[in-house]
Amino acid sequence: MSRRRDHEHFTCGFIPLTDCATLAAAHEFGFAAEEGVALELVRETSWSNIRDKMAVGLFDVAHMLAPMPIAMSLGLSSFPARVAAPFVLSVNGNMIGVSSHIAKRLAAADRLLGLDAAAAAEALRSALDGAPLRIGAPWTFSMHTLLVEYWLSASGFDLEAQTSTSVVPPAFMTEALAAGELDLFCVGEPWGSMAVEHGAGSILLPATEIWAFAPEKVLGVREAELDARPDAVEALIRALYRAARWAAKSEHRGAVAEMLTRAGYVDAPTEVVERALRGAIFATPGGDGRHAPRMIELFDGAATFPWRSQAQWIAWALGRRRGVDGLSSAAAAAVWRPDIYRRALERVGAPMPTASSKLEGSLAEATEVGAVGGSLVLGPDRFFDGAIFEPRDGVR
Amino acid sequence: MSTRIAVIDPDRDRALTIVDGLRAAGDYEIHVLGDETGVAKKLAAIDPDIVLIDLASPNRDTLESLARAASPLDRPVAMFVDQSDDAMIRSAIEAGVSAYVVDGLRPDRIKPVLAAAMARFHSVARLRAELDATKAALAERKIIDRAKGILMKSKGCDEDEAYAMMRKVAMDQNRKLAEIAQAIVTAAEIMG
Repeated sequence: MSRRRDHEHFTCGFIPLTDCATLAAAHEFGFAAEEGVALELVRETSWSNIRDKMAVGLFDVAHMLAPMPIAMSLGLSSFPARVAAPFVLSVNGNMIGVSSHIAKRLAAADRLLGLDAAAAAEALRSALDGAPLRIGAPWTFSMHTLLVEYWLSASGFDLEAQTSTSVVPPAFMTEALAAGELDLFCVGEPWGSMAVEHGAGSILLPATEIWAFAPEKVLGVREAELDARPDAVEALIRALYRAARWAAKSEHRGAVAEMLTRAGYVDAPTEVVERALRGAIFATPGGDGRHAPRMIELFDGAATFPWRSQAQWIAWALGRRRGVDGLSSAAAAAVWRPDIYRRALERVGAPMPTASSKLEGSLAEATEVGAVGGSLVLGPDRFFDGAIFEPRDGVR
Repeated sequence: MSTRIAVIDPDRDRALTIVDGLRAAGDYEIHVLGDETGVAKKLAAIDPDIVLIDLASPNRDTLESLARAASPLDRPVAMFVDQSDDAMIRSAIEAGVSAYVVDGLRPDRIKPVLAAAMARFHSVARLRAELDATKAALAERKIIDRAKGILMKSKGCDEDEAYAMMRKVAMDQNRKLAEIAQAIVTAAEIMG
C-alpha cells in the first residue's frame, strides 16, 4: 500500500465479519482519504491476535468486540493495555442457533424460529431433557457470551451447573456442530447463516430478541495514540461516522455486500451478506424466512454513539461471573469515550444526544429525543425480560 | 524429564521446519497439531508444558480460553508474556508465533524453545519471500520476452532494438520495464 505523507496513517486490525463494513467502507469509498486519513486494514484470524497486536502497538486501532477494551483496560484478559472506545462500529448482529439434533427435537414440538427469547429458553429446556447445555461462542469477553448468559440466567438456568461454554472460532462453528460437540451457538454474521447453509444447525433467534439494541463492535484506540495525536483520531472518527451513515442506507446495501465479499473482507457469498444487512434470516436451508429489524445496525438510532451506560452494562454482565466490582464499573465507563466522539463530530453538525448515559432497556418503541444540532431517534432497546438497567443501581 | 511441546500450525511444512529447529535446540518431546477442531481434547491428551501456536491459526482463541479458565488441561496455563520480557513478546508476535506455558515452568526452559521457534518462523518467511521474488522475476522475464517478440514482428526490428525501445519508454514514463511489456502484450491481445 502506498503511503501519502500528508495523510495520518492508522494501522487497523479487523476480523472478517459483516460488521467490519464501516471500516471497510471508510477505506474503499474514500471517506478516510477525504478526512486526511490513510486507513491500512489488516485482516486477522483471531481476537487474541487483535488484542496482542494492540497491546504491543503493531496496531494503532482495531475492530474490537465491545467488551474487549473494557476487559483489557481492567486487566481481566491476559495482556492488559489501555485501550479506549470512542466509536461504536455496530449494534446487534449476532444469531443464536442450535445443533441439528436439538433443532429436530424443537421442530417435532413445532417450536423453532418465531419464538421470543423467553419461549425459546423454555423450548430449549424441554428439548435438553435434563442434559447440560453445551454452548459455543467465539470469545470469552464478547457480547455473544454475555447476552447468552443474561438470557439463560434470567430464564432460570443455573449457569454453573447446567451450562458449559467453549470458545469456538466462527469458521469452525459449523464443524463443531456437525461433530456433535455443541447444542447451542451464538455467532456474528455471516457465520450464523453459513452454519444454516451447510446444514449444521438452525437459527433459534436473533440476539436482538434478548436485547434489542446491544453494542457489538467498537473502534478500539490505543491510549498512546489518543495522547500523541488526538486530532488525527478525531479525523478518523469523522471518516467512520460518514462511512457508517452512507453504508447504513438501504440503497447502498448491495454495494456494501459486494465490497465486503469481493475485496476479501468477508468469506461468504455476496447474497448471504446482503441478506444479513437487510435483516432477513433463514432458520433452515431454503426454509422459513423471517425479518429481524436492526439485525445489524451500523448507524441509525445513534448506533455509533458510545453510551457510558452500555459500558456499564458490559461491566455489570462481566462482573456476574468474572469478578468486576462496583468500583471497576466506573473504570469501565471511563473506557468508553463519548467526549472524544462529541469533540470529533460536534463541529460538523452531527446531532448529539444531550446526555452520555441512558436507561438501557427503557424504550419499547423508536422514540424521538431532543439533541444538540437536530433530533435523534433512539430505540427500541428492550431486554427480553423487561428489565431496565440503570447504571448506578444495576438491573432493576 | 524432557519438556513436552505441542506445535499448532495449519501449515504442515512450516510445522515440520519448527520441529527440526526444536530438535536441534534440545531434547524435547514434540507433538504437532494442524488446524482442526477438537484441539482442546487433543491437548488434554498430550498434556504439554509449552504450546507453540502460529498466529494464523484461528484455534488461538480456543487455546486462549483454555489458558484462562480452569481448563481440561488440568494444569494452569499462562501466556508466556507473563513471565518474559516485552521485547521478547513483541518480536515473537511480529514473527507470527505465540506460546502458552504451564505455570511455574522456569524461564530458562521457555526461552530456548521460543527462540528456536522464532528463528524457524523467520527462516520460513524469508524462504517464501525469496520464492515469491523468484517467481515474480520469472513471470516478468516471460512477459518481456513476449513483448519483445510482438515488437520485432510489428516493427520488423531485431531483439536488441525491441528491448531498447521498451526501455526508453519505461524510462521516459518513469515506469517499470515489466509494466510497459505488459501493456504491449495486452494491447496486442486486444488488437488481435
